[in-house]
Amino acid sequence: MSEPLLQVENLAKRFEGIVATDHLALTVAAGELHAVIGPNGAGKTTLIGQLGGQVTPDSGHIYFAGNDITSLPMYRRSRLGLARSFQITSLFYDLSVVDNVLLAVQARAGHSFRFWRAARREQDLREPALAALERVGLADRADLRTSALSHGEHRLMELAMALAGHPRMLLLDEPMAGLGPEESASMVEMLRALKRELTILLVEHDMEAVFALADRITVMVYGRVIASGAPEEIRANPEVREAYLGEDDGEGAHG
Amino acid sequence: MSGALSIRNIVVALLLAALLLLPLYVKAGGNLFLLTLFNRIVILALAAVSLNLILGYGGMMSFGHAVYLGIGGYAVGILAHEGIYTGFVQWPVALAASALFGLVIGALSLRTRGVYFIMITLAFAQMAYYIAAGLARYGGDDGLTIYKRSQFFPPLNLSDKVQFYYVCLALLFASIYLVHRLVNSRFGLVIQGTRSNDTRMRAIGFPTYRYKLVCFVIAGTLCGLAGALLANNTDFVSPAVMYWTRSGDLIIMVVLGGMGSVTGPLIGAVALLVLEEALSGITEYWQIILGPLLLLVVLFARGGIDGLLQQIGPLPKVARTKKVGA
Repeated sequence: MSEPLLQVENLAKRFEGIVATDHLALTVAAGELHAVIGPNGAGKTTLIGQLGGQVTPDSGHIYFAGNDITSLPMYRRSRLGLARSFQITSLFYDLSVVDNVLLAVQARAGHSFRFWRAARREQDLREPALAALERVGLADRADLRTSALSHGEHRLMELAMALAGHPRMLLLDEPMAGLGPEESASMVEMLRALKRELTILLVEHDMEAVFALADRITVMVYGRVIASGAPEEIRANPEVREAYLGEDDGEGAHG
Repeated sequence: MSGALSIRNIVVALLLAALLLLPLYVKAGGNLFLLTLFNRIVILALAAVSLNLILGYGGMMSFGHAVYLGIGGYAVGILAHEGIYTGFVQWPVALAASALFGLVIGALSLRTRGVYFIMITLAFAQMAYYIAAGLARYGGDDGLTIYKRSQFFPPLNLSDKVQFYYVCLALLFASIYLVHRLVNSRFGLVIQGTRSNDTRMRAIGFPTYRYKLVCFVIAGTLCGLAGALLANNTDFVSPAVMYWTRSGDLIIMVVLGGMGSVTGPLIGAVALLVLEEALSGITEYWQIILGPLLLLVVLFARGGIDGLLQQIGPLPKVARTKKVGA
């Protein structure tokens, strides 16, 4: 395994007595697709919130590419190359599709105190934005208003926006949430293509997708890591089977 | 702004042409009162254009925007009172004072959201109102008469009604163009992004507070210019120009005309003030008619009058797929 790109040490977070993250350690090597799974309420979204910078941990450290980012605000993390997509799609619904992605490109293109030139006509912004849309198959939707697109297309836009900033690492929070079987399958294909270029931390309920994609899997229960390893190891781990895989049969809820 | 021959573009073009030609009509024997009315409309439209930048594009619901009308006005009034008549000093002071005020108000209020933001901007404006009312040397409550309009180089004479009207109109057109450039620039996209989804903007790497603050200062400065013009127009400035109802009027103009459209505030200012004038000629209780009209626009025309005109769409063809206009 290569150098760790993301390293989490002793991370802890409580919400009014509820332990969401309990002295958690996690290492994601550069180039791997690392999945985090666990039953509802295991603290996966809180974890990704702390990695992305929306949630401040009570203690512990987060290192990204050698930098201590524990207390960096969201936008600084994003500039270091750590991009996240949201579990609940969070887009600019009243802007056009291409504007959404354009903003993601612009975020990485230095400061935006530029008041005069028409941004939508700047090739430096427009080309990468259209390329990212092309990548996820939404190029023909570029000029539509975002709110006019379907939920599946919104998830693809999320991905395009994450990609547009040329991040080193993607934090994906349930990219399959709410997708139909066909859409899920094409999302899996998309992620499979992406994992060759990027490091990805994937939080996902869809076990089929996780086992199809992940290089390593970490299993969380009640804010703690109970197992971490290659997919076969996880599948064979009796503790995991008991705590999670067994009881999840047929449930498929997310949340 | 797509589709050159849409009903909306024709209406806007006609409106601009009418504004340009109005003095000629008045000179040819029309009613001089029209010029006075429309000069006021043009100045308040400029104020509404500036408010639209933060309200329509930035989603910042400032309920104290008229404060800059007062600051710009008092800058002109106080300097004139102290014997400094040159516009080359008065106007830059008016702009600088408004910018400074915008910086202070914005720096504090933009840390809050929603109702708190509305309340803080309102509180600052009311504070300025009472401070102005307390300026005994400059007329206090009664206001301050300005005996000489701002002086510029010789051929330009602001005391000439037609010249002054054209100066105001030129500045209005210039600020509409300025806002048009601004909102389509990188800066403008950031501002619209923060209106749409501030959290997401920060997640993709924008320190949104700074951008909103700069936007707030620009809008305040532009409105300060309107304030300097307004004081010249009435030869008078009083605390009443920044009373909260005046801020409300500006919001109505923006909402009525169309938030987030470059020409919306102009349409709104014309519609509101002409309506006010016409209705008050019919009955003393004109607000009873104006109120329900406003309600109808807010309820049924989400993009204001401008949005309504855009929905009518292009002249010959039927509207196809819904596209986003710039």
